[in-house]
Amino acid sequence: MKDRPPFIAIALISAAALGYEVLLTRLFSITLWHHFAYMIISAALLGYGASGTFLVLARSRLETRFDAAFVASAATFGLSIAPSFLLAQRISFNPLELFWDPRQALYLLGLYLVLFVPFFCAGTCTGLAFSRFRGRIHRVYAADILGAGAGSLGIVLALFAFPPVQALTLLSALGLLAAAIAALETRSGFVQFAALLAGAGLMAAIPAESWIELRPSPYKELSQTLQVAGARVVARHSSPLAQITVVESPRVPFRHAPGMSLASPAEPAPQLAVFSDGEGLNPLTRFDGDLAPLAYLDYLTSALPYHLKREPRVLVLGAGAGADVLQALYHRSPRVDAVELDPQVVALLRGQFAGYAGRLYERPELRVHVAEARGFVAGSPERYDLIQVALVDAFSVASAGLHALSESYLYTVEALQDYLGHLQPDGLLAVTRWVTLPPRDTLKLFATAVAALKRSGLPHPERRLALIRGWKTATLIVKNGEFNEREIAALRAFCRTRSFDPAYFPGIAPDETNRYNRLDESYFYDGATALLSPRRDAFIEGYKFHIEPATDDRPYFFRFLRWRSLPEILALKDRGGLPLLEWGYPVLAVALAQAVAAGALLILLPLPRIRGETGMRRGRVAAYFLGIGLGFMFLEIAFIQKFILFLAHPLYAVAVVLCAFLVFAGLGSLLSRSVVTALERATDRPLRWVAAAIGAFALAYIFVLPPLFRELMGLPGLSKVAISVAAIAPLAFLLGLPFPTGLARVGREAEALIPWAWAVNGCASVVGAVLAALLAVHLGFTVVVILAVVLYLLALGVAFEGTAAAPNGQPAPEPS
Amino acid sequence: MLALLALLCLLPPVTLAAEDFAAERRRMADQIGTMAAQTAFETARPRFDSRVMDALAKVPRHRFVPANQMSHAYENRPLPIGYGQTISQPYIVALMTDLANPQPGQKVLEIGTGSGYQAAILAELAGWVYTIEIVEPLAKQAEERLKALDYRNVEVQAGDGYYGWAAHAPFDAIIVTAAASHVPPPLVKQLKPGGRMVIPVGTPFLTQNLMLVEKAADGSVSSRQILPVRFVPLTGGH
Repeated sequence: MKDRPPFIAIALISAAALGYEVLLTRLFSITLWHHFAYMIISAALLGYGASGTFLVLARSRLETRFDAAFVASAATFGLSIAPSFLLAQRISFNPLELFWDPRQALYLLGLYLVLFVPFFCAGTCTGLAFSRFRGRIHRVYAADILGAGAGSLGIVLALFAFPPVQALTLLSALGLLAAAIAALETRSGFVQFAALLAGAGLMAAIPAESWIELRPSPYKELSQTLQVAGARVVARHSSPLAQITVVESPRVPFRHAPGMSLASPAEPAPQLAVFSDGEGLNPLTRFDGDLAPLAYLDYLTSALPYHLKREPRVLVLGAGAGADVLQALYHRSPRVDAVELDPQVVALLRGQFAGYAGRLYERPELRVHVAEARGFVAGSPERYDLIQVALVDAFSVASAGLHALSESYLYTVEALQDYLGHLQPDGLLAVTRWVTLPPRDTLKLFATAVAALKRSGLPHPERRLALIRGWKTATLIVKNGEFNEREIAALRAFCRTRSFDPAYFPGIAPDETNRYNRLDESYFYDGATALLSPRRDAFIEGYKFHIEPATDDRPYFFRFLRWRSLPEILALKDRGGLPLLEWGYPVLAVALAQAVAAGALLILLPLPRIRGETGMRRGRVAAYFLGIGLGFMFLEIAFIQKFILFLAHPLYAVAVVLCAFLVFAGLGSLLSRSVVTALERATDRPLRWVAAAIGAFALAYIFVLPPLFRELMGLPGLSKVAISVAAIAPLAFLLGLPFPTGLARVGREAEALIPWAWAVNGCASVVGAVLAALLAVHLGFTVVVILAVVLYLLALGVAFEGTAAAPNGQPAPEPS
Repeated sequence: MLALLALLCLLPPVTLAAEDFAAERRRMADQIGTMAAQTAFETARPRFDSRVMDALAKVPRHRFVPANQMSHAYENRPLPIGYGQTISQPYIVALMTDLANPQPGQKVLEIGTGSGYQAAILAELAGWVYTIEIVEPLAKQAEERLKALDYRNVEVQAGDGYYGWAAHAPFDAIIVTAAASHVPPPLVKQLKPGGRMVIPVGTPFLTQNLMLVEKAADGSVSSRQILPVRFVPLTGGH
């Protein structure tokens, strides 16, 4: 009985490691920016691959002392979680200086190395167990991914209950608890168990705030705001979605009114600033029921629709702390539906700051919905006179292109079609964006609107569109009908009295497009007219930014970079050309390059040590685990994306889908031996059938899921979760079969290759995650799924089954 | 690797003699002069005013950056100055100054003193420079720095720049380097007829474009947005 793998410890370590991965994303989103978090974490995760490489080299020594080695790795894992993050914070990495300061690359490398430690230790534990318990690989793997599944859900729950730094120490405690249990499971001794348990208890008991402080980059908007004399934090709330900070600045008022006209007779009303992860100032406006102090809201480009349609029934998507709602009230809207994703922001206006905001979110003409915009619209039977899509992202983030690779379902062709479908006859859809020069998002939005109108079968798009611009914001209007003379006259008057320039409306003359805020060329007018003309495709193709409309299959509205423009942009660096570059995209490419390079190194490094192996050949092993490692990540990431739209919430979707994926794959692993044995009775190549089944499910989902989701979009949240889990279960179960089956065969035929296979799989997972995102940008998620199927067919059908497998059945004898 | 990193952080800043700095400064000014000619189309100026170039070659930028950045002072790049603020890329400073076009005897207002470098450049060219900084420690440092360099025609104030500096208004030129969601209307009022206001639009380390607000002799206001670089968005355009 002594020779039982430490299942509980393996599962707990895996849960803590996955929790740590998710938590790091959160922590780096607060201290840096989300896309850098992605790059840093993908590098740190190479720790798993490195653990395999390490075990190839150290296996003989460690395996004979399995108990001590396992407990020590687990303890080091638990102990290193908090310090590695603390140390990472000490490294003064400033991503904004990456292109200027060569030292930043070194700092970045330092970050990788520091954060890599916990993942390396966690990987060593699992890898050791595979190597030591070759006959029970399917169970070890099941414990590993069932633990990860629990961790993916657990961390989200923990982040609701605790601030992120507390979650950090709790994960550390969980790691130590795993080590304590490992001491028990391996019978390493009661003293070890007691000491590790005490350590876990201590780690959980000490308040994290007393020794861990988050140090956000000084260049984040929140940090800069807090430098202003008198500015102070008046509220802070944290959830898995974001950290919300409310700041008051009595000495230097905020006065946030993006793009307010130079002609505005009024100044912004008093405000508090609400920051989400330290960015994106969202004004919480003081309001006492008197509309007069809100007059400045009529001097933003987003006020245009209220001059075309009097007292409309409004839907505000992305209501935040209420600026666009106040704008609607100022224009005497009789009914406003306000949709906001983050319940914390809504809670601010209903709780602590309800009085300051004049009980705005409790007013009778207002209905507030905590929901994701697309999901709300799809599930709503209502039709509106005006749908107002607010400026939800921060200027600083948008202008640096930090969102370049964040999926956004708010601005896709299908999204605009949905919005149009919820307009009354002659109703208006208004979307406001930041102005970037030369224009990027505004023209992409215009192109998207043209595509949506065409796809919806509405004739004469050119009669249904209008676009105006100030120096900082631009507003696009799409009408569910054709613009009339009165509306055009109102638009002209609106622009004239506010010094905004019309960029397009039906019948516009070129000489009225560049009068007030002059550009060296009428970029916006030229672009809009080209996009409405037969030379649309040539224009999009010839444009130096990527302005092809985003779709639900390629939901990357914020990606504007074209690789062919990169050399020109970099050459312009010294003359201030860098703002032409979006960072998010090259950063991901760098992440891929470094993952491929480091992964190749980790896989090739130990080759001399395993040269003499007989049985399964190394190339075959590498191809198999590379294939299933990449394929698994491709499918996981692609389906998380598909379900995000259906579950109408990025966070819940990731938690639910990831958990379901891992748990059912875990079950698959647990039952893999029985399944494969059963298949073997029917065929001598069982894994080909598994590959075929994976392919059939994955491909069927491509065709079945989108129409199914459209039908079921309006169901209540819990039903949608149940449907999602049911849809994921069979595919995930199948995906749980190949890894343990393959590794068990390696164990039988070439046992020394087990840690190497673990290294290959670890590296393939990291490369797969980054590569899936990059492929989705260019080819869409559908292609990513197809590629995954091809990978599985090659790995299972060719690499594994290419030669007849050794007689299967009995587990290999284990060393005692 | 970590040891190497630690070593890097501990390295003392390279110390250069004053004459080395002067030579570097001249090189930087020359480099910027060449670039100005290359972007003449976007900025609509064939070259930067020779007075601007002289000021650039004269003001010791290394005195305006933290000690650990001094060795980079004459590279054409933005540098951190603490408090989440930066000193702009010299090319952008030159372009902004050229657009503001300050003349001897004129009054200039600057919102966002930062290190005080831009104020020093302006002080070389204009009669009086009034500058307001929102971050108090920065305002204090800039004031001391400018005093030490004997700029007697610069006045620094810590506080809110939204309402300008009424006591010295109106101004011939205004430069607003502080990030603003909109152009403060009170500043437009404090601009003299014929005056120019320059506002860089962007984020720390990145200036996306420059907004130039001009007040005509009759008091009417117009604005222009200027890209600092020549970048035609359409292949085959022009």
